[in-house]
Amino acid sequence: MLRRLIGAASIAAGLIGAPALAADITGAGATFPYPIYAKWADAYKKSTGIGVNYQSIGSGGGIKQITAKTVDFGASDMPLKPDELDRSGMIQFPTVIGGDVPVVNLREIAPGQLRLSGPLLAEIYLGKIRKWNHPAIAALNPGVGLPATDINVVHRSDGSGTTFIWTNYLSKMSPEWKSAVGEGASVNWPAGVGGKGNEGVASYVQRIEGSIGYVEYAYVLQNKMTYARVKNREGSFVAPSAKAFQAAAAGADWKAAPGMYLILTDAPGKDAWPIAGATFILMHKTQEKPESARQVLKFFDWAFTQGDRLAQELDYVPMPDPVVRLIQTNWKSQLKDPSGNPVY
Amino acid sequence: MRPARWKDVAFEQLTRLFALLVLGILAAILVALVLESRPSLDKFGLAFLWHAEWDPVQERFGALVPIYGTLGTSLIAMLIGIPVSFGIALFLTELSPAWLKRPLGTAIELLAAIPSIIYGMWGLFVLAPLFQAHVQPALIESLGALPLAGALFQGPPLGIGMLTAGLILSIMVIPFIAAVMRDVFDLVPALLKESAYGLGATTWEVMWKVVLPYTKVGVIGGIMLGLGRALGETMAVTFVIGNAHQLSKSLMAPGNSIASALANEFTEAVGDVYFSALIELGLILFLLTTVVLALAKLLLLRLARREGARA
Repeated sequence: MLRRLIGAASIAAGLIGAPALAADITGAGATFPYPIYAKWADAYKKSTGIGVNYQSIGSGGGIKQITAKTVDFGASDMPLKPDELDRSGMIQFPTVIGGDVPVVNLREIAPGQLRLSGPLLAEIYLGKIRKWNHPAIAALNPGVGLPATDINVVHRSDGSGTTFIWTNYLSKMSPEWKSAVGEGASVNWPAGVGGKGNEGVASYVQRIEGSIGYVEYAYVLQNKMTYARVKNREGSFVAPSAKAFQAAAAGADWKAAPGMYLILTDAPGKDAWPIAGATFILMHKTQEKPESARQVLKFFDWAFTQGDRLAQELDYVPMPDPVVRLIQTNWKSQLKDPSGNPVY
Repeated sequence: MRPARWKDVAFEQLTRLFALLVLGILAAILVALVLESRPSLDKFGLAFLWHAEWDPVQERFGALVPIYGTLGTSLIAMLIGIPVSFGIALFLTELSPAWLKRPLGTAIELLAAIPSIIYGMWGLFVLAPLFQAHVQPALIESLGALPLAGALFQGPPLGIGMLTAGLILSIMVIPFIAAVMRDVFDLVPALLKESAYGLGATTWEVMWKVVLPYTKVGVIGGIMLGLGRALGETMAVTFVIGNAHQLSKSLMAPGNSIASALANEFTEAVGDVYFSALIELGLILFLLTTVVLALAKLLLLRLARREGARA
């Protein structure tokens, strides 16, 4: 009897242990890139046999887990500031680009018809512009029939990288926003109601007439929402599109950004979407397990070279090639095993 | 020792272990909550309880808005839920034709088994639009004009907010309270009721003067069960309360509750103070529930003593 039990236990242990022996890599963090990481992981497993186990527990949790070294890589929608990176001995690199799009619920207004600007969005989110027919909105929208209804502001109720990009943009656009509210994954909202997740914001906006909210670009496409054009740095009113996001990433000077700390809001470029941002991967500079670090880098290397089509299918915007080359250079120069040899 | 005796002792010890385990887990949760909320306790002290500010950027936190939201929505739920549940239980035990008792009783139990997220989705997609289009404008027009109490019913009709959350909660607690009330009403000896009817009492008098006093412990227990669910309900409230850390006089305005603040903000709470402020919210909810239960026990004790004095 006892022997049979032990036998069963060892078989069970073998079953559980077997995949781990194939050197799976583990990561945890941001929820925004989860669909594409999962899709990449699936395709990567099919072509190489190496599994990637990514848990979307949120950026905050991802940073905690990579700091505690319980995972091989962490993921965050907010880049860590260069001094935080140095303090925790990590590097970060962007993987895909996303961005926030203001969406509205106004009868008679078609997608892309409404034009907004950064300072205007800040005034609306500060609760200072309360009516849709306010002269400041009308000035940007000659000939558009704006109703005299109340503006209902919708924001995220949960902490989120989407909110970070949004509040970072509003802080750049309005000194008053910067001092009164600031930027972060969650902030002290001066006005409005909070929806949980992109889907929560999307459903509040679709439900309540006169609403304005901000959601990830993919949600605009998938729910066919009424988006607004936003004035960018060069003064043109751009519509959100994969091209506009890539223009924002291409125009950015990643080389000059220490620790690749770069938020793509208010980016230069005539076609650049002004409220873009990348999602990031965090790894320790000194790798105690160089073999698993090598596997992580191989995975992302594969994702950068062969994963673009998969990313586009899910409405993510892949990193432009020059940025990928810079990332690979950083891997070579900054990731070391304990004896100081480069890992990549 | 005979083997049977030995088994008795072992069984007794085992059941004692299980019972003590409950106490142990409760104590462990309390200790963990206090330890984890230390940074916030140290920084804000007792002022945490009455400050309304919730600013993750400046790391300034106060629990007033979620405490108010939790108590407010639960109060609304009880105000609606208790009378309705009483009516349901009264109808089922005294008035309902026999063929209707079973299906109605089962329906109530089924209502209790629906997961809370279903209530939340139903609230957001069905109830909130109805509320926004019909109920809230009517309330704002009629009650909003009242002096003093009118402030509770002013503002734009969003469809979501404290009132909607309270209403959803009331629907969620009704099956609990009604089922318990029905069961205890059924326990009243037929002899007692029939004697009262024989003396010429009406159905209402039998319920109010015979059944209710006889079953008050069970009734209060059922209400407490419902209140416990209302205080801690997370998903359904999160869907419809509006999730805004704003203190507003109006019940139409969005607010926040402790449980939904936790559900919303836990994953992305970066930084010690923010994280511990959320844990402290959990601690407050824990204590709030304990206080409510203690008050209920106290109420029962006082009722019992009054009865003793009368007898």
